[in-house]
Amino acid sequence: MKVLVPVKRVADYNIKVRPKSDGSGVELANVKMSMNPFDEIAVEEAVRLKEAGVATEVVAVSCGSAACQETLRTALAMGADRAILVETDVELQSLAVAKLVKVVAEKEGAQLVICGKQAIDDDANQTAQMLAALLDWGQATYASKVVVADGNVEVTREVDGGLETVRLALPAVVSADLRLNEPRYATLPNIMKAKKKPLDTLKAAEFGVDVSPRVQTLSVYTPPERKGGIKVGSVAELVQKLKDEARVL
Amino acid sequence: MKSLIIAEQTGGQLSPMTGNLVAAASKIGGEIDLLLVGASGVAAAAESARAFPGVTRVLTSESAEYAGFTAENIAPLVVRLAGNGYTHVLAIASAAGKNLLPRVAALLDVGMVSEIVEVVDVDTFVRPIYAGSLLAKVRCAERVRVLSVRATAFPAVAAGDSAAPIEVVAPSGERGKSKVIGQQLAQSTRPELTAARIIVSGGRGLGSAENFAGTIEPLADTLNAAVGASRAAVDSGYVSNELQVGQTGKIVAPELYVAVGISGAIQHLAGMKDSKVIVAINKDEEAPIFQIADYGLVGDLFQLVPELSRAIASA
Ligand SMILES: Cc1cc2nc3c(=O)[nH]c(=O)nc-3n(C[C@H](O)[C@H](O)[C@H](O)COP(=O)(O)OP(=O)(O)OC[C@H]3O[C@@H](n4cnc5c(N)ncnc54)[C@H](O)[C@@H]3O)c2cc1C
Ligand SMILES: Cc1cc2nc3c(=O)[nH]c(=O)nc-3n(C[C@H](O)[C@H](O)[C@H](O)COP(=O)(O)OP(=O)(O)OC[C@H]3O[C@@H](n4cnc5c(N)ncnc54)[C@H](O)[C@@H]3O)c2cc1C
Repeated sequence: MKVLVPVKRVADYNIKVRPKSDGSGVELANVKMSMNPFDEIAVEEAVRLKEAGVATEVVAVSCGSAACQETLRTALAMGADRAILVETDVELQSLAVAKLVKVVAEKEGAQLVICGKQAIDDDANQTAQMLAALLDWGQATYASKVVVADGNVEVTREVDGGLETVRLALPAVVSADLRLNEPRYATLPNIMKAKKKPLDTLKAAEFGVDVSPRVQTLSVYTPPERKGGIKVGSVAELVQKLKDEARVL
Repeated sequence: MKSLIIAEQTGGQLSPMTGNLVAAASKIGGEIDLLLVGASGVAAAAESARAFPGVTRVLTSESAEYAGFTAENIAPLVVRLAGNGYTHVLAIASAAGKNLLPRVAALLDVGMVSEIVEVVDVDTFVRPIYAGSLLAKVRCAERVRVLSVRATAFPAVAAGDSAAPIEVVAPSGERGKSKVIGQQLAQSTRPELTAARIIVSGGRGLGSAENFAGTIEPLADTLNAAVGASRAAVDSGYVSNELQVGQTGKIVAPELYVAVGISGAIQHLAGMKDSKVIVAINKDEEAPIFQIADYGLVGDLFQLVPELSRAIASA
């Protein structure tokens, strides 16, 4: 069983991003970029499936500029076997990414695609579901446990009321939530090895799919700051403030 | 304008966020048709749904394949209905809504806007990005605008005494792609986290599941509050996942949010910074949570929280 893992290059989660000075977008010049944390979890899960003898090959794919090669090398260092860059300088939205990854999934004959549940930059939480729709496969989003057996995948999902387990016939799309696993760190020897693993570049323009943006960003701005309040000296003072000033008790 | 809004129900109980969903659709204007699907209970939920002012029609589809609210089975129905001249399709950005809508959008071949917090006009919406540290104003001029709605940003419309007509629509059949085979849903007598007036949340500072239960629960009892948690508290097994507040958990905006032993990471703030009043109890006076708290209390939570419970109980 071949597993495909789409990975996105995003601003590192420790970075506090700012709007561009003209408000036209997010200032990403000279910002540290990393693999989307949910995608690290997705890669880890795929690699574990291979280590358990369930998956035969793990292929990482990223759509975007040449800089995404760095993200793919991280996936390779974590244990992916091969990587594919679908190169474009167009800013891709979820639907476009889903269309591109669909082509790759079909060409590769992937039986399972593990995405991150959301990318921490745009927080769209769309790509996995869109990909499943376009492939006409089942989808199991927000996975906290994945078990592959007998041509099915059983996925425990984090839902609003607690947990839910779904069974999907393979091929299928899964999206990884935070508690699925703890991704490993790429060790130095594995980072060295990753440099020799195959990384193919395909041109998005040759895929014959429409990747034009469907949603236009008009402006990006900082939300009104919540102004900090006061420190109270005692529990009694707190209760008094909550009653008389804030009137919430 | 004509909106199709997808409401959620369990066992005939309409989701408490339906009023927020109607409110968001009302900002768009025009007709609002409310869709209810399920394997059972749909008729009862429709009786509650028809009472919301602004709802033009209630569409219902009850069929076995909607058990578990699987996107694979519901999306084709929504896509078929969307062909009837709807300009907007909306659902709450709940786990179920977020799971369903992108599948609908892809089948319609339209882009989607996630978690809107403001309707500027029929094509223009505001949504948070980067864990809410930025807002983006976006324009979506697709023939059908598919939108998930952040409930806390749209104060709920209250059900009134209107009685919108109810129409039954044919189901679209079992797609055989997925099946819910188990559920472990939390049983709690407390108010639901996303609907609670007061929330008491605990973080890693609690140290263990026993401490969490022994410290946070009594305060929540005294305040008749819901219980929330940081990711660290959930990851460490103090409480179960459905209590997580934040970028990847629940988004809440109660009247009072009490953060206990929570440092205030941006991913946590993303889920609660729109609360009306925030109280923070933390032993580290430099903790970032104090930068957004209305009232901060510096000290040992194991001493302060029981004291607070007692003070409120006797106040
Ligand atoms: C402020 C802002 C403004 C923007 N404006 C525009 C604009 O005007 N035009 C425009 O075209 N784009 C724009 N974008 C970019 C675009 O909106 C997002 O990058 C796009 O929606 C991709 O989906 P997502 O990151 O939200 O994916 P999600 O659906 O949140 O991602 C889920 C998963 O999908 C996979 N995935 C997502 N993207 C990729 C990828 N590139 N390669 C491989 N796997 C991937 C990963 O597994 C990821 O975990 C903007 C982004 C921001 C933050
Ligand atoms: C992609 C991603 C998504 C995330 N999503 C979320 C999310 O949805 N929700 C979320 O909460 N986090 C999320 N996080 C995690 C987040 O970054 C923080 O790690 C987390 O919120 C920390 O939890 P905490 O405040 O409980 O723990 P810590 O940061 O460890 O803080 C514990 C606090 O307790 C205080 N304390 C300790 N003992 C006492 C005592 N006896 N008395 C008083 N105070 C005490 C300490 O001073 C400290 O401030 C996410 C992270 C990533 C990377």
